[in-house]
Amino acid sequence: MTKRPIHRPFPFHIVVFLFPAVLIYSLFMIYPLLDSLRLSFFTTLPDNTETFAGLQNYILLFTDSNYAPRFWGAFKNNIIFFLVHMLVQNPIGLLLASLLASGGWGRKFYRTILFMPTVLSVVIIGFIWNLILSPLWGVTEGVLKLVGLGRLFQPWLGLESTALVTVSLISVWQFVGIPMLLFYAALIGIPDELVEAARVDGANGWQIFWRIKFPLILPTVGIVGILTFVGNFNAFDLIYTIKGALAGPNFATDIMGTLFYRTFFGQQLQLGNPTMGATVAAMMFLIILSGVLIYMVLWQRRVQTIEM
Amino acid sequence: MHKNIILSIWLAFVLLLASCAQATSTQPPAAEVTQPPAAQVTQPPAAEATQPPSSEGEQVTLIIESWRNDDLPIWQDVIIPAFEKKYPNIKVVFSPTAPAEYNGVLNSKLEAGTAGDLITCRPFDASLKLYEKGYLAPLNDLPGMENFTDFAKTAWSTDDLSVTFCVPMASVIHGFFYNKEAFDQLGLQEPATWDEFYQVLDAIKADGTYSPLVMGTADMWEAATMGFQNIGPNYWKGEEGRIALIKGQAKFTDEPYVKTWQQLARWRDYLVSGFEAVKYPDAQALFTLGKGAIYPTGSWEIALFEKQATFPLGIFKPPVEKAGDQCYISDHVDIGLGMNAATKHPEAVRTFLSWVASAEFAELYGNALPGFFPLHSTPVELTDELAKEFVSWRNECKSTIRNSYHILSRGEPNLENELWRVSALVINGTITPEQAAQEIQAGLDKWYKPQQ
Repeated sequence: MTKRPIHRPFPFHIVVFLFPAVLIYSLFMIYPLLDSLRLSFFTTLPDNTETFAGLQNYILLFTDSNYAPRFWGAFKNNIIFFLVHMLVQNPIGLLLASLLASGGWGRKFYRTILFMPTVLSVVIIGFIWNLILSPLWGVTEGVLKLVGLGRLFQPWLGLESTALVTVSLISVWQFVGIPMLLFYAALIGIPDELVEAARVDGANGWQIFWRIKFPLILPTVGIVGILTFVGNFNAFDLIYTIKGALAGPNFATDIMGTLFYRTFFGQQLQLGNPTMGATVAAMMFLIILSGVLIYMVLWQRRVQTIEM
Repeated sequence: MHKNIILSIWLAFVLLLASCAQATSTQPPAAEVTQPPAAQVTQPPAAEATQPPSSEGEQVTLIIESWRNDDLPIWQDVIIPAFEKKYPNIKVVFSPTAPAEYNGVLNSKLEAGTAGDLITCRPFDASLKLYEKGYLAPLNDLPGMENFTDFAKTAWSTDDLSVTFCVPMASVIHGFFYNKEAFDQLGLQEPATWDEFYQVLDAIKADGTYSPLVMGTADMWEAATMGFQNIGPNYWKGEEGRIALIKGQAKFTDEPYVKTWQQLARWRDYLVSGFEAVKYPDAQALFTLGKGAIYPTGSWEIALFEKQATFPLGIFKPPVEKAGDQCYISDHVDIGLGMNAATKHPEAVRTFLSWVASAEFAELYGNALPGFFPLHSTPVELTDELAKEFVSWRNECKSTIRNSYHILSRGEPNLENELWRVSALVINGTITPEQAAQEIQAGLDKWYKPQQ
């Protein structure tokens, strides 16, 4: 194309249309985010004035014998929390989606039922599961006894070794509808001709799924992965509802969100520490940011080239 | 398509981040936006318009800030009418906030200058901080203040006890509830010593009808508050031990503290199976359903238990080592009332506070809320049997407060949180009493220098 020196008028209408959204977004999203990052470089003096402290809060978070174990503990627990979701929630979501996409009776009914926990309030979910798993009045022990496995019952939510995985699985149960719907939407978008052609070539169902369908929904797999990552490293409410802000026993269920909450707002007699809280929040931001960058560079580029 | 995906991810991602970061800025704006209009409309105009310099005989309205929303009917129907009958010129409005939000909301209101005239005071450091910031007025010369002992005033005084800024209202006493029906059936007596305590537990366990000891460790605070702080004062000799800790003359690794945790470790065998996942309301329900025999807790349960339990209830004191030993009880000061330093009606507020410091108020309050005991030095005539028995312990035993509340929870790691954690672990059997003692002392040593 040849360059044409046309002087178009400045598109003021775009500015006008964008203005309300940009204003609200900057005021309520970008400004708080930047201000929170700023706060993490400050410290509060005994007379309640803030002064600039450079990286002191970060040094404290990584070296202090009080903060460092809590931070790394929460980080490790958060990774386990994420892995449980990746290994359980997303494969189950994919399985359910391919079952739904294969058609058949009651598809819409099951799609709705399976998605329902996602729209329930976290408080209700925490309450229900506390009751189901309760060693006093829960149904779990009775059901296990019925099938002769009564001995396997443990107060899972209360034991250091099992509490985190139990809470993770409750979260999986709640959110499995989201990957399911995303996969489902991707699967029904695959043109029938491709599947039919494969069938004519003699491929069986298993081969069709892994050789044709799965590569075609790889971009969705990436999206589900990154949404799970962002969601998990921002998670807080379910653990707060079930285990409280101290995330017991012995911080076994403490993740970044609960650590942030405890540090920022305080807990019982512990007074809140906004500047350290902002530091924890900034670390959450960095963790999520690096995860997303890795996804963009390593996964999305590759998937684009393969697909085309 | 791909651009859309990238965009939508970025959008989702930034939204999520922003929502997590937003927490930093939600509080002040919320306070600034929501509260001033309401307060400006109701309070100042009414006062300023009608009475230029406050003259006698004018109608004045006082607002009480509180976290006790459960007590709203009692204030409205019993306490405030009694006051207004005596002082018809002063109208009082009780305006509570949800307990968990109280500290935050109150701070914002005080900063914005829209808080009520009377402030319900949390014990110790939370209120001390408000006084230091100048939000609470000193009340040393308030008529009626002489009705309270230094012990009662500690919770709302500066560290050197020179200034008191809230009128003490009530305390709660720790102890053990038991199911009288179960005790009668098995022919058991209230235990007074630790040996008797475990004999009783063994007998209940052998019988098998009841869970011997009802408590869970899922919420952790029960292990510390209803366990450690309940039975410990007998070992560390109440105030003597508490003050020794503050002065640095005693350590958590000393015998009294280790022994307290050793007792808690023994409780494990008598708790319901799966107690690690039993929460506070579960334990309360288990006991009031008549399935448990003994429940370690405090007087604040009286009203609930009397309403829910279908069997007669009894209480006994924390056991002592040998019969006849001096006993100590945790008589924890919990609630007080102070004056907003910025109030427009200081005289009316002082009139109300003086009345709160009177014996008349103590009797009204103590009977309306059984289990919350007035701190007034004149004994109050209580009508509730269990409340009477709890309060009678004050005559036999020496009172103390929870040792983590005063001064020792000002640093990090926070002593109270740590006590919750290790006490639950000791009962769970994850750590030994000695380890618990070492962890607590190490945490305290990290920031607390007694000499300063």
